[in-house]
Formats: sequence, structure tokens, C-alpha cells
Amino acid sequence: MTPDASDANGPLVGIDDLWVSLGGTTVLRGVDAAVDRGRFVGLVGPNGAGKTTLLRTIAGAVGPDSGRVTVADERVHDLHSKAASRLVTTVPQDTTVAFEFDVRTIVGMGRHPHRSRIGGWTEADTDAVERALDRTDTARFADRAVTTLSGGERQRVLLARALAQETPVLLLDEPTGSLDINHQVRTLELVRELVAGGRAVIAAIHDLDLAARYCDELLLLSGGEAVAAGAPASVLTEPAVREAFDARATVARHPVTGSVSVTALPDDGHGRGSEVGDRREGDAGRVHIVGDDGAVGHLHALDAAGFEVSVGAVNEGSAVAEAARSLGVDTVTVPPFAGVDTDARAAVARRIDAAECVVVADMAVGSGNLPNLRAARDAGRIVLVETRPFAARNHAGAAAARSYRRLRDRATVVDDGDVVGAVAEAVGTDRASDPVAPGSTTWSTTDRGGSHTDP
Amino acid sequence: MSLRTRTVAWSTGLTGVLATVLVVSAGIGPVSIPPATVAKVLLSADPLPLVFDTPRASRIIVLDVRLPRIALAAFVGLALATAGTVMQGFFRNPMADPSIVGVSSGAAVGAVATIVLPIALPFGLELQGAAFLAAVLTAFGVYLIATRGGHTPTATLLLAGVAVQTFLGAVISLLLLRSGRSLRRVVYWLMGHLGGTTWAEVWVIAVALPPLFAILLFYARDLNVLLLGEEEADSLGVDVERTKRILLGVSSVVTAAAVAVTGVIGFVGLIVPHGMRLVVGPDHRILLPTSALAGASFLVATDTLARSGPAEIPVGIVTAALGAPFFLYLLRSREVTGL
Repeated sequence: MTPDASDANGPLVGIDDLWVSLGGTTVLRGVDAAVDRGRFVGLVGPNGAGKTTLLRTIAGAVGPDSGRVTVADERVHDLHSKAASRLVTTVPQDTTVAFEFDVRTIVGMGRHPHRSRIGGWTEADTDAVERALDRTDTARFADRAVTTLSGGERQRVLLARALAQETPVLLLDEPTGSLDINHQVRTLELVRELVAGGRAVIAAIHDLDLAARYCDELLLLSGGEAVAAGAPASVLTEPAVREAFDARATVARHPVTGSVSVTALPDDGHGRGSEVGDRREGDAGRVHIVGDDGAVGHLHALDAAGFEVSVGAVNEGSAVAEAARSLGVDTVTVPPFAGVDTDARAAVARRIDAAECVVVADMAVGSGNLPNLRAARDAGRIVLVETRPFAARNHAGAAAARSYRRLRDRATVVDDGDVVGAVAEAVGTDRASDPVAPGSTTWSTTDRGGSHTDP
Repeated sequence: MSLRTRTVAWSTGLTGVLATVLVVSAGIGPVSIPPATVAKVLLSADPLPLVFDTPRASRIIVLDVRLPRIALAAFVGLALATAGTVMQGFFRNPMADPSIVGVSSGAAVGAVATIVLPIALPFGLELQGAAFLAAVLTAFGVYLIATRGGHTPTATLLLAGVAVQTFLGAVISLLLLRSGRSLRRVVYWLMGHLGGTTWAEVWVIAVALPPLFAILLFYARDLNVLLLGEEEADSLGVDVERTKRILLGVSSVVTAAAVAVTGVIGFVGLIVPHGMRLVVGPDHRILLPTSALAGASFLVATDTLARSGPAEIPVGIVTAALGAPFFLYLLRSREVTGL
């Protein structure tokens, strides 16, 4: 059956109130989902959330306690194994093959459900196998024994086998798990092609960034339940990630791909424990950051260290603006590609006045953001990050250079990695020694001011 | 070279080897007969149209004395090697042999009980019949013990087989204690032997074996897929439990048929598949026929050794004495991590 040969009316894959237990433990608790042809759905969630079990159940390898899985309007668990294998197949996570079959034979096994016991090998079988070998970039070791391949190569061989099976639904369990970054992307690009060709793909993917980047939809599983489903940006929110993974993470837009990017932060680090409720922002003091996308790291680090951070002025939609938005940080923004106007400059100045310290990131300076630099010049304490000479990043002429020199004269100049320490020192030694102390007397919400453009 | 070409080439070659071994073996014995004469005798045998003039004594020695035994050795070797190949693939375990689910122990209990206990059946082959029945019942029992809710995990099957073998070993020991004057016969049977073969035994196994072998060959492709693991086999459209039942059932019957007539001949079903897998690879479409032919040649050759010494020794001793060192050699020379 070719991917588009079925004439189902409903979604290609329907999962309806699925309960599954393994060895007496309930692994899936009433999961509902629907996947249409031409869609790539990523299963995300922490270890033990039930991702693999869900895939195995869809494949028919595990029977549900209740609920049902339909593929092309057929109940998978009622189908004969051969019929089910013409509808759905799996690329497993464990790719170990203990026997010395050559790659072409392994891929040829994908034709098994299409062959009758007495029927011979047909032209169509050969074509399907050669196509699968080509598409997965495995043709060049088609005649080698599969036992001589690396884990990543084996994974691609098993993907080739699944392609040769020509099923409308493809299940992938950690398809990029043992692949290098090049083949991770190539594999997922290939999956996108397959999806464009009408297949439906469901993949358990650990890497949230890759999942967000390549999947049409995500299904977030936690404790055997589907806790969120939909477009990646709507599923991967900070509260959802924190809830599901029990981890503190920031969600931002990736500067290059523009897709949602999740960064997990350590719990110990600078004082934010996993007890999110106890978190006290601004414990360590107020800091304003002036910078471009290169300041994202400082923004996260200072926020994580417990400082009450403001940032600006930055362009809406830039990486630093997204990071600030995801952290809920007080941000002064100007429209994309616009320069810093008088209002924005005034807003920046107010925040700099309120801050105990200003961090000026290593940034390119043009006429658009020169007002930021000028505003920073008047601050009380300045931490200046310098990794490149200013001349190399000055696009605003001699005036900017003069402003920078004056700024530099009054600033503590630090390297990229020393920002938090320098800020802590500038703000006060008592805080530097114990910037976290819950209930510390330096708790300073009283002087919290300014308008939050993105509360 | 395509798989089909390789299969045909290897099978043809090994058939040639088998024919040579048969002819040479039929010439060896207290009366030595030149291979050319043996060939002429064989070619002028009853169903064949050719007629060569050969000495009457040679005809009698070859056709009536030596050939039944040689033919039986060939069939039994074929059966054990085939069943061993299937079991090793089925269990994905290099130590699996045809008796892994207790077939040999069952056959031994049946045979020993017939020898020791005062039961006599009115027709011939009652010992073989009892051994065969007990063997098949044992395999079926092990299967039932290991099956729960329609699923038969191979690991459970393996362990159940080991446990049942141990239990039946105790039964055999008990029967040995009570065997009295028939102890010698019992021990001789247990060691595995091809002496005193009659054409009746040969015909039974010659008729039973080919269709069973054909069924296994029919499932060679499924067995290949099964090697990848049961869940993957399921994903590739193999009805895993049904295929396992068929493979286990057929190879148990094949083993039982062999063991019932010859007693427990060890190592043929273990090392012949291993050796052939090293040579032709793991694909059962070529491995099954080549293992079968190699097993036949191997047992005919070892039995020739067993009977050509000053005093005949049970062939089981020869296969184990030759097989164990060869197996150890394989173990040391190759990384036998998987199979």
C-alpha cells in the first residue's frame, strides 16, 4: 500500500482514551490523539513518561487495557500482523543486530509484509529497497555486514528498512538518538520529505529543540498522560516544561531557525531551587542590561543568579527580546529594525536610574542603538563586557568611540564569563557573599518600578 | 553473487561431498571394497535403471549391511543439523541445540523405560515409538509450561526446557538404578549409536523427514526476520507466536524422529550450524539447506570412524570427541558474541 492509497475519512492515526499497563504498572492513562496524513508529530516528555509505550501500542506490539488505536480506520489490534505491518512500522531505539546480515538483506526484510510465502522477489521489491537505500544515504555500504556499522549507520539502515516497508504511518523511537548533528538534521529533513509525500510520522524525540524545529505538532506526555498537544510553541511553554520535566528551563526563539528553543537551567546554580514558589526575584539587586543578541547569556545568568533584571532598548522579535519575554523580564522594546527613539531612551534612562548596576554587553554599536550606550554612560556602577575591541564593532563613527571611551573609563571591564561575579561585587559584598539567602534583608521589591512592557 | 546462486552452488557442492562420503564410507569396514565397486553397486540398486556387473558379496555387504546404517546416519545428521539451525535462530542463542526444549531427555526416558520396565509391544520398533512419543510429549509439555496468555517468551521456554531436562535426568537415573541386567543396553542407547540399523527404521525417517524439512525451509524468511527480535519481527509482519509454534513444533518432531532411532547424539546439532553460519552467513535461506547437507556428511563420516576401529564405539562419543575441540577452536578464533 502506498502512503496515499488508503481512503480513510477520519485522521490517519486515531488514539482514543488509551490505557496501557505493562507488568501490572499503568503506563498510559487515557491518552487521546489524532494524527493526519502529512503531519509530523513529536512525542516529548521526560524519561518514563510513556513515549515508547505509546509508540509500541500504536504499532500493535502492546495491547491496550482499554481504548483503541485506529490506523486508516482499521483497529490495529484486530488486524493480522501482516496487514498491520503494511499500515504502520517502527524504527526502534535499540538498533543492535546480532547477526551478520548485509545491509541490503536487512533493508529487504522491509518487504516481508508485501510478499506472499510462495511469491518471489519482484521488481517492485528491488525498487523499494534501492530507493530506501538512496534516501537514507546507506547505499554506499549496502553490501557490508550490518554488524560492522556504527550505531548511527545502523539507525539509518533500520530507517531504510522502514521506508522499504512503504507504510502510510511511520513510528520513530528516538530517531536521532545516536546520530551526529549532521545526520540528525539530515534524518529529520528526510522525515519532513516523507511527511510532505503524505505519510504520517510519529516520533519520540528527546531533544526538545529538534522536536520544536521539525515537528508540526508536539504531544507532551508526563506520567502517562497527554498534558499538552498542539503547535510546538504552544506546547513548550516554561510552565509546561517545568511541570512535565520538573526542571527549570527557559523557552526562547532560536536566533537562527526561529523555532522554539528550550534551555534547562541548573537547580543549584545561583539560588533558584526547584521550589519555584519560593523564588524571590530581585533578591540580589537590580541590574539593567544594555546589549544586543549577545546579551542573552548575561540575561539568563543574571536572572538565574537572583538579580532583578531589566533590559533595553532592544528590537522586538530579536533573540534577546524573546529571551527577556520568556523570562518575564522588564524590557524596553522598539519595533524591529527601528532605532532607539526619545521615548525609548527616556524609558532606558529610568531603568538605569533605578538599577544598582548596569551591564553593557559586548555589542555592535550603530546609530540605532547608540542612545543605549549614551544612557549607560550616566549610570552609577557599570560592568562592561569586552571580548572584541570596540573599533571592530563600531558602526557609528567617532562620536560613538568617544562615548565608549568615557563609558569604559568609569566601568569595571570584564570578560564574557565574569559578568555575574562583577555585578555582584559592584552591587555590594554582602550580596556577593550570599546572593541567595531567602528572606534576606536586601529584599527590595519596594523600589520596584517602571512599566513592564511584557509582564 | 545473488543469494539464490550462492544457495544452489553451495548445495550442489555439499551434495557432491555427501555422495563422496557415502561411497567412501560404504567401502570401509572389515571387508574393504574399492569406491568404484561401491558406486557401481549403488547405481545398480533396485529402483535405478542402470545395471553393472558386481560381485554378489559386495552387493550384499554394501546394500544389506552397510547402506542402511549409512543412510540412517545421513538422515539423522540432516535432521539434527536442521533442527539445531532452527533452534539457534529461534532462541537467538548460540548454545541452543535441537534438544533445548527437552526432546532428547524425553526420548531417553521413553526408550529407557521401554528397556527397563517389563512392557513389550507386539510389533517392532516399540522402543523407537516410545522414545518418539515421549520426546514429542516432553517438548509439548515444556511449551505449555512456558506459555501464558498466548505468549511464549523464548527466555522462559529456555529455562523451562533446562528445568524439565534436569527433572527427566533424575527419572533416567532412577530407571538406571532399577535396570539390573539391561544396564548395558540402556547405557549403549544413551550414548547414541547407529549399530544394528534396519531398513525399517531408515524408511520411517526417510518418509517423515522431507516434508518437515520443506516446512522449515518455507519459514526460512520468517526465521531471518525473527533474528532481529520478536517486536521488530512483529513490526515487519511476522505473526511471531504462530511462527514460533510452527518452528518449535516441526523442529521438535524432526529431532524426536532422529533421537528415537539413534539415541542421544550430541554436538551435531550444535556445531554444524555454527560452522556453516561462519561460512555462508546467517541467512536461513542458504543456511538451512547447507547445514542439513553438512550435518548428513558429518554424521556419516563420524559414524564411519566409530565403526572402523578395532571395536565399534557409539557414534555419540566420536561426535562429542571431535565436536567439542572444534567448537572450542571456533570459540577462541572468532568472537562469538552474537551467533
